[in-house]
Amino acid sequence: MSQATDSLPPLTERFTVLGWLRKNLFNTWPNSLLSVLAILFVYWAGKGLLTWIFTVAEWNVVAVNLRLFMIGQYPADQAWRLWIGMYFLAFLIGNSLAIWAPHSRAWTISLFVLPILLAILPFSPIVRLEILGFSLLGAIGWFLGRSQLSGLRRIVVIGWIIFLPVFVLLIHGLTGENGSMPVVRTNVWGGLLLTFLLTVSGIFFSFPLGVLLALGRRSNLPIVRWFSIGYIELVRGVPLITILFMAQLMLPLFLPANITVDRVLRAMVGIIMFSAAYLAENVRGGLQAIPKGQFEAAHALGFGGAQTMLFIILPQALRLVIPILVGQFISLFKDTSLVAIVGLFDLLGIAKTVLAQPEFLGLQREVYAFISLIYWILSYVMSYLSQRLEVTLGVGQR
Amino acid sequence: MNRETTTGTSVPFYRDERILQVLGQIAFVLGVFLFGYFIFHNMLVGLQKQGMTLGVSFLKGTSGFDIGETLVEYSRNATYLRAYLVGLLNTLLLSALGIVFATVFGVILGVARLSTNLLINRLAAFYLEVIRNLSLLVFLIFWYLGVFLKLPRVKQAIIWPGSIFLTNRGVGIPWGVPSGTFPTYRWILFLGLILTVGLGLVLNARGKRTGRPPMTLLWMLVTFFAVAVVGWLILPESPLMLELPYVKGLNLAGGKILSPEFMALLSGLVLYTAAFIGEVVRAGIQSVSRGQIEAARALGLNGFQTMRLVVFPQALRVIIPPLTSQYLNLTKNSSLAVAVGFPDVFYVSNTIINQSGRAVEMITLVMLTYLTFSLVTSFFMNWYNQKIKLVER
Repeated sequence: MSQATDSLPPLTERFTVLGWLRKNLFNTWPNSLLSVLAILFVYWAGKGLLTWIFTVAEWNVVAVNLRLFMIGQYPADQAWRLWIGMYFLAFLIGNSLAIWAPHSRAWTISLFVLPILLAILPFSPIVRLEILGFSLLGAIGWFLGRSQLSGLRRIVVIGWIIFLPVFVLLIHGLTGENGSMPVVRTNVWGGLLLTFLLTVSGIFFSFPLGVLLALGRRSNLPIVRWFSIGYIELVRGVPLITILFMAQLMLPLFLPANITVDRVLRAMVGIIMFSAAYLAENVRGGLQAIPKGQFEAAHALGFGGAQTMLFIILPQALRLVIPILVGQFISLFKDTSLVAIVGLFDLLGIAKTVLAQPEFLGLQREVYAFISLIYWILSYVMSYLSQRLEVTLGVGQR
Repeated sequence: MNRETTTGTSVPFYRDERILQVLGQIAFVLGVFLFGYFIFHNMLVGLQKQGMTLGVSFLKGTSGFDIGETLVEYSRNATYLRAYLVGLLNTLLLSALGIVFATVFGVILGVARLSTNLLINRLAAFYLEVIRNLSLLVFLIFWYLGVFLKLPRVKQAIIWPGSIFLTNRGVGIPWGVPSGTFPTYRWILFLGLILTVGLGLVLNARGKRTGRPPMTLLWMLVTFFAVAVVGWLILPESPLMLELPYVKGLNLAGGKILSPEFMALLSGLVLYTAAFIGEVVRAGIQSVSRGQIEAARALGLNGFQTMRLVVFPQALRVIIPPLTSQYLNLTKNSSLAVAVGFPDVFYVSNTIINQSGRAVEMITLVMLTYLTFSLVTSFFMNWYNQKIKLVER
């Protein structure tokens, strides 16, 4: 105790509320004026916002249509298939965290906190239980990962690779019209489910394509290089919506008459084409950051061109650009809302159908505020977790 | 890469890297060509079934639809090409205004982020964090359906000081109406512009000769405004008459009526892009090391001179490239106008597609349009980067 009193700073530097206020808010005249104005603004805006949220807004529209927002018109009696897919995901996440980031607290906590927060939303009791299943599966995956079974890593990697096909198969169904898993047509896929699916498939397929384009752009074969440059610059030069329209209107024309591509798939193709070009540029940034010595050392060790790329250069380059890639995937997630313009019922598209219900006319503010909030929370959580993961994995440091 | 090893004849041709490279490229070209041919052929067959051919002659046909907001003369009897032009001009107007406002607001945000005032600093950071994680499209639609269409009807218009009418039919602002002397005034402005450019060249040359650059930009602005003001005053009748908006029946009249679509797009794009521009500005200012400022002060430059001659040029070098790409983003994002119904180039082209069924041609045209924007910008960027590149010893 005496130690603590001894080391107290001199009186003029001790922390006092008034002193703090003076230092940070009222140190000069203009600053004081600014502070007062800012306080008034915060008071006015905060009061307006809180009043609207708690007294004016009719959140009933959200509560009643929660299912629509989450999975669109997907048949309710088949929803269990989605749950299985999501549980698989939760398991994989828990497992991967335990293996690759065993000391990351933020990730682990979020694995439990997020579902509990979700369960607060006005879902029915059964749905709440099902949401809590995430936490359970995540925990099982986590402990399994901690057990350090041999060969587990490989299984998890394979699990990630097959996740998307399995998930798509689950929601699409296997067994014709009737049977235990009837086919669910893509025109009823909707809501957050469709947004999620478009994002994940965009990431999944644009990644290899983008890496190939990046390698093509760095290639010393002039034709391949110019082709890659042409593709990348063309796609980056036009807005996403034009590519989506092209995919929607021109893709059916490009294919033989007997092949029909459904609308969701067309939108996916557009998103993948778009995302790959941006990804290629990011990966190229990573490739350029690898010193020439790495190539030379690989050659000296007897690696061929492809082997050098695959085993020496790409792993380092990709590791360098993980933060940028996560940023790109977040913006991809936000950009998937554009498919609403071409008539799909993603989170934004479903909002229109909700607002078209006669009992909820004129509640645009509530609906769009809710949707914005979903986009905001998910993007924020992703970017926050990716920052934490960078620290844990030591990306960018060696 | 290891070309030097393949000099002898001992290497069979199928392992000679040079030959393999050529063969690989030939195969690649062939693959791309076949794929392209496959696509093109399918398209022609498909179009033929619909009884159509490729070509741009349809652009001369009558459009037959109305466009709400036009900068140039347009009617439903005009050609498709004219409609496209109207859309193009609307896009350019929206982008230009958006860029100006977003820059102003973005610079304010960037400076606020560096403020020593904790509250201002945190507010700016909070704003950035909120905006960055929003979906732009949802944001724009919220502004349109949730704000500008929710304004009161014309009868109960909210009137802000300065005769700004806020209604669900649009926002009315005071506007200058050209009077009889306006054509003369335009000539005066043109003269002023020539004078300004001439002065700029002279000052620039003088700065190069003496090594003490004068404040060229400031003098140019002063000259131009002086000419503009003098011209305004010497004309017998002022060239623009101020007209206030007023309520006429169920609509607004007079002044300038900005449609809800336009206002929603502009405010959404500006608020969204400004957050990113703010970050660019902050990074640029922070990139100038403290030592530079201290050195400048030690050399006897005052605060303003330090900013103008030392901090600003160095910050600008970091700021300009990402700033340009933000401008380009804003221009490309303005194509989301289609979601709120503002007739920009994409919206108009979409209407043309629906009218004429010419999807292939119109989508190509729109893509070329945006591609031109971005190519022009990147040429400018390359030129600028060359110009400001650090001259190293």
